[in-house]
Amino acid sequence: MRHPLVQLLLMRLRMLWRMPAVLFWSFGFPLIASLVLAAAFQDRALAPVRVAVADGTGAEALVARLEGTPELQVQRAPPEEARRRLTQGRVHLVLLPGAEPELLVDPGQPEGRSARLLVREVLARAPGAPSPAQLRVTPVSEPGNRYIDFLLPGLLGMVLMSTSIWAMASSVVAMRGGKLLKRLAATPMARGHFVGAFLLARGLFAVVEMTFFCALARLVFGVPMSGSYAAVGAVGLLGAMSFSGLGLLLASRVETEDSATGLFNLSTMPMLFLSGVFFPAQNFPGWMQPVIHALPLTALNGSLRAVMLEGADLLSLGAPLAVLAAWAAGCMVVALRVFRWT
Amino acid sequence: MTPKDELAIEVKGLVKRFGDAVALDGIDLDVRRGECLGLLGPNGAGKTTTVEILQGLQAPTAGEVRVLGMRWETHAAALRARLGVALQETRLVDALTVEEMVALFASFYPRPLAVEQAISLVRLEDKRQARTLTLSGGQKQRLALALALVGDPDILFLDEPTTGLDPQSRRDLWDVVAGLKARGRTVLLTTHYMEEAEVLCERLVFIDRGRVIARGTPAEMIASLGAGHVIELEAHPASVLERLARLEALVGLNQEGARATLRVEHLHRALPEVLREIAEAGGEVLHLSTRRPTLDDVFLGLTGHSLRGEGRAA
Ligand SMILES: Nc1ncnc2c1ncn2[C@@H]1O[C@H](COP(=O)(O)OP(=O)(O)OP(=O)(O)O)[C@@H](O)[C@H]1O
Ligand SMILES: [Mg+2]
Repeated sequence: MRHPLVQLLLMRLRMLWRMPAVLFWSFGFPLIASLVLAAAFQDRALAPVRVAVADGTGAEALVARLEGTPELQVQRAPPEEARRRLTQGRVHLVLLPGAEPELLVDPGQPEGRSARLLVREVLARAPGAPSPAQLRVTPVSEPGNRYIDFLLPGLLGMVLMSTSIWAMASSVVAMRGGKLLKRLAATPMARGHFVGAFLLARGLFAVVEMTFFCALARLVFGVPMSGSYAAVGAVGLLGAMSFSGLGLLLASRVETEDSATGLFNLSTMPMLFLSGVFFPAQNFPGWMQPVIHALPLTALNGSLRAVMLEGADLLSLGAPLAVLAAWAAGCMVVALRVFRWT
Repeated sequence: MTPKDELAIEVKGLVKRFGDAVALDGIDLDVRRGECLGLLGPNGAGKTTTVEILQGLQAPTAGEVRVLGMRWETHAAALRARLGVALQETRLVDALTVEEMVALFASFYPRPLAVEQAISLVRLEDKRQARTLTLSGGQKQRLALALALVGDPDILFLDEPTTGLDPQSRRDLWDVVAGLKARGRTVLLTTHYMEEAEVLCERLVFIDRGRVIARGTPAEMIASLGAGHVIELEAHPASVLERLARLEALVGLNQEGARATLRVEHLHRALPEVLREIAEAGGEVLHLSTRRPTLDDVFLGLTGHSLRGEGRAA
């Protein structure tokens, strides 16, 4: 209890716990916002309707027929890949060729319905086509293959990003503004203890956030957990540390909370778009991919999805975890060098 | 022990510039171990800047600083453990209670006082469990003092510790400082209160615009005025006061509108001359009083302005 690290950690937890407004805005609000988004995105609308035709006999002919329709955007892919695109929301319908072509749709996606109608109509127009009644429609609704399953890990990544950066940046800047940092700098307090206490507190809160999020994902949205919760926890904690490092770096010289807000937006906005929260990062052109994959949120979202949806273990996630660790370490080293206590 | 070891703080040629602005323009200071040195000067004189350089919170532009025989560049960690600091203003952690705040600071020091002891030194026992957010201004300042004391420091830096305190709290703080001095601790204090400086400090340093303008014991400084008495005078019209500057009995004069402060060596010689001069000029005395000179008169005599802009009430 007498150890400075313990005292600093208690300070940090009390700062959060005893200030309901701080707790809400830095923790509750992002969670709620993401859940509202999750609910909203269960029925988002995007045009045109994207259809993947799986490779197989007769695939060429099907593509040729569908391509004449402006509302349809047709792509070819091997069957496995086509199914994965459906899962990720990158296509709205998969057409499996054969004597009796089969339509795969995600009932969670409203576009699935229009895709089905459009494809049926086009196929029916052709001479000698199978009648619409002959077309077999298979809703692919097993949990783990719907858009919401793709979305939720991304939202968890987003929540961890915004709460970690903001919790670090806003409180450090407020403490600098109130000269508390200066006062602490005049004591023999070890600088590492101060930062360590903030990171520990963030880790604890990140665990709470992840627990809450995973429980909701499971109970409300029925999102399955293919991998282990321990792996999700480890990935999420590493993510929280890299974003805390980024938050500390952003806050290292800033004097006012307004500037902190600006820097926060500047750093998080691009990642919200680029890092595959709402749609796969692969949708961006190839030349952007190296940059996108170097972003911490891309690495975090990719890893969370791999664990939650594909059951990946930590060993198979070396590359994205290395990206996260590099951000965490790099930001903290630079932050502590340039940090202003006065 | 060489005489050098007697010095808790040694400062030579301290210069601090902020861009083009010169905050400190060559300050020399010696603080002996176990004494209380008072740093006095008007707003913006450079007191806080000086103190913060001594605390290792700001780097000087030029000059030599030794604290407890050590330099900040080489012994920062050792120094911080032996200094107690109360900044001119600090916003504490709103969410913590008094007790928690003191325990936090105590945890940083190698040999801290007991938390209860630090709290009772500043008479905040009643407020142990109160969040710092709910403390009054003076209570916050007392808590800041407890935080400065809890490490049991060799040197205590107090930057305007009693500004905003009620008279009783101010006296309580004086007791704390006196107790510390009795235990051989060194105190460096900045203040705008002459009375406080006289009660607590063995020696005083006056600074103005980043320069030392006078130093010595309170008695020496008052004696340096060469004036045994001060006459406060208000006359109409104000122009008649200007004629007084010629009087031989006068050591010094400061005029502000219709009011003048006259420093004189012998009251019985100066007073008739002053009244005669005003009468001859056709003026009328509205108010006249006399008193012994104070440190504020010393300051006024040196700089032409009062130590506290707001006047000498209080
Ligand atoms: N960070 C800074 N940047 C620019 N100028 C500064 C800075 N800090 C202090 N100054 C200037 O240096 C001068 C001395 O300031 P300082 O705070 O030391 O005065 P002070 O004697 O403590 O005054 P007060 O009695 O009002 O507390 C002032 O003119 C102030 O404006
Ligand atoms: Mg000051």
